[in-house]
Amino acid sequence: MPQTLYDKLWNLHEVAQREDGTHLLYIDRHLIHEVTSPQAFEGLKIAGRKPWRISSNIATPDHNVPTTDRAKGIQGINDEVAKLQVVTLDENCKQHDILQFDIHDIRQGIVHVVGPEQGLTLPGMTIVCGDSHTSTHGALATLSMGIGTSEVEHVLATQCLKTSKLQNMRVIINGDLQKGVTPKDVTLAVIGKIGTAGGTGYAIEYAGSVIENMSIEGRMTVCNMAIEAGARAGLVAYDQTTEAYIKNRPFAPTGEQWIHAKSQWEELISDEDAKFDKEIEIDGSLIAPQVTWGTSPEMVIDIDGFIPEPDSESIQHALDYMDLEPGKKIKDIKLDQVFIGSCTNSRIEDLREAAKVLEGKKISDSIKRAIVVPGSGLVSKQAVEEGLDKVFMDSGFEWRAPGCSMCLAMNPDQLGDGEHCASTSNRNFEGRQGYGGRTHLVSPSTAAASAIEGHFVDVREYLP
Amino acid sequence: MKNTFTFHRGRAVPIDRDNIDTDQIIPKQFLKSIKKSGFGPNLFDAWRYEDEGFPGQDVSQRKPNKEFILNQERFNGADILISKKNFGCGSSREHAVWSLMDFGFKVVIAESFADIFYNNCFNNGLLPITLSSEEISMMLNIAEEGKEIEIDLENQVIFFEDNEIATFEIDPFRKKCILEGLDEIGLSLIHAAEIKEFEEKRAMESPWIFKMGNKNEK
Ligand code: SF4
Repeated sequence: MPQTLYDKLWNLHEVAQREDGTHLLYIDRHLIHEVTSPQAFEGLKIAGRKPWRISSNIATPDHNVPTTDRAKGIQGINDEVAKLQVVTLDENCKQHDILQFDIHDIRQGIVHVVGPEQGLTLPGMTIVCGDSHTSTHGALATLSMGIGTSEVEHVLATQCLKTSKLQNMRVIINGDLQKGVTPKDVTLAVIGKIGTAGGTGYAIEYAGSVIENMSIEGRMTVCNMAIEAGARAGLVAYDQTTEAYIKNRPFAPTGEQWIHAKSQWEELISDEDAKFDKEIEIDGSLIAPQVTWGTSPEMVIDIDGFIPEPDSESIQHALDYMDLEPGKKIKDIKLDQVFIGSCTNSRIEDLREAAKVLEGKKISDSIKRAIVVPGSGLVSKQAVEEGLDKVFMDSGFEWRAPGCSMCLAMNPDQLGDGEHCASTSNRNFEGRQGYGGRTHLVSPSTAAASAIEGHFVDVREYLP
Repeated sequence: MKNTFTFHRGRAVPIDRDNIDTDQIIPKQFLKSIKKSGFGPNLFDAWRYEDEGFPGQDVSQRKPNKEFILNQERFNGADILISKKNFGCGSSREHAVWSLMDFGFKVVIAESFADIFYNNCFNNGLLPITLSSEEISMMLNIAEEGKEIEIDLENQVIFFEDNEIATFEIDPFRKKCILEGLDEIGLSLIHAAEIKEFEEKRAMESPWIFKMGNKNEK
């Protein structure tokens, strides 16, 4: 029977069926960060259990780490409660001999940036992490899902995820993207079309010429936000682009194993006549740069759009929170802050995309603060080598050390009450970026161009 | 500790909104704890209080937002929450379930749930019930009056004033988990030998996945 990519990955990892009808899916890679793991390690200890396979685990602190003053390491974390989490991660990793890229390590960064960058994310793997944006790794033809802390403990103890099979959805995006339209706009447009619950219960495979022509980093941006469409997993088939991306990564196989691995990876595509439970087609050439206006990623419109009329309690509530009038042009929203970063858009290509817009320009005086937070120490290093840090700083952006930063504002990088922010992150929930903060999700180039003007602009008209 | 129950009578509180995300249920500043308890006072923090919340604060000194439904007197002691579509979307933080439970909630009834949140509920003993949009509208109305409802998990029925007003579907095993509070890890470890066998086969077929610790140098 023809199979989808998801079916194949599932079949490759199915270990057993439990008495209750759920399945045990073998987990190849388990990514760990400081916020969702302490209670899991504690649970293991209380039950007198040990991690099943140490070599599957890899840890890095990202959510809480400060993005300034990093030379001080853990001592540089002023918030005692946050510090305790980072210290606890250190201790748990040491105790169990788990490989950690700690706060001093140049390889430290947002867990979803670090995995692929190190070749710890490899095609054909099952990957889990106590973080919903684990869907990111599906860009490399893996089955990757976010899990809760009880499940983290379960995976540590059994090397398996207890789960049920998802349904198959395929989102096909064909056509040529317009100049200035980026993977972020593509993924936002998909969410705008299917809604934040549209993918609930599904694994979404992204396909079509737009995806085929997209870089791996772009595919990661797309899969990253599969969870914002409700899907636990996003997937893209293996191809030449995947192969080229993985080759020579530190933890990627080499020599004969590379050849052996490749022969397995080449199977990681949906069979031609595989059946999908749901299929959606989008004309890529019609996608405009996207901006969210509300407090859910599905509240998204084209850059030349208008704030909608409320037709439900939820929309009215969002309009009130965002302090927006129906009928207003999205371009007329004045911005207070700009954030370029997060596991959606903090990789080198994202930084290049924004720097290209900023080159030789200054951000508007009306912007109170604009920051760039690279996704990892190595992204940062690469950007510095290319001189991107200078472009950002010359234009008025602050150049920061890697971490989640203002994506969820657990560290000191936060929005003020009522401030509007153009953000390249993935969630515009109330208060997500700071108490009372108002987040608008956009691509790195839209964020950069809007920083220059102090309000949203159509980057299609902005690029040379 | 996991909650267990078979029959529950309690007051329901309606939060008439779609897409209540886990950032609203428990804002990120409270995720810095390394414990599973103590999140209750900060459940829906940004909606419940007029000032900004910080971990370790004495919440009795804060100004409650009187408008927010959980603060209205007629909902004192409510332990059933009624909401609409896509409840628990967003971040995978299990702290959302811990905070609902720490506050005292035993049941959440909604039109639909986000996947990760739904799993997290069962892993802790919070009962998520899915009902149709018509049933939810009816439940929201009943709850609005501050009245009590009864949930018979064993028979999967909801009662109001002794009348059966809805029935619900629930996976039999998940039901058992809430009824009896089973140890999920223990149940999976029954299959330990199969996991070992699978693992050995996988290590033979795709050895690069298992080669790691030895590359632990910079
Ligand atoms: S960057 Fe944001 S979304 Fe990504 S893992 Fe960190 S907090 Fe989560």
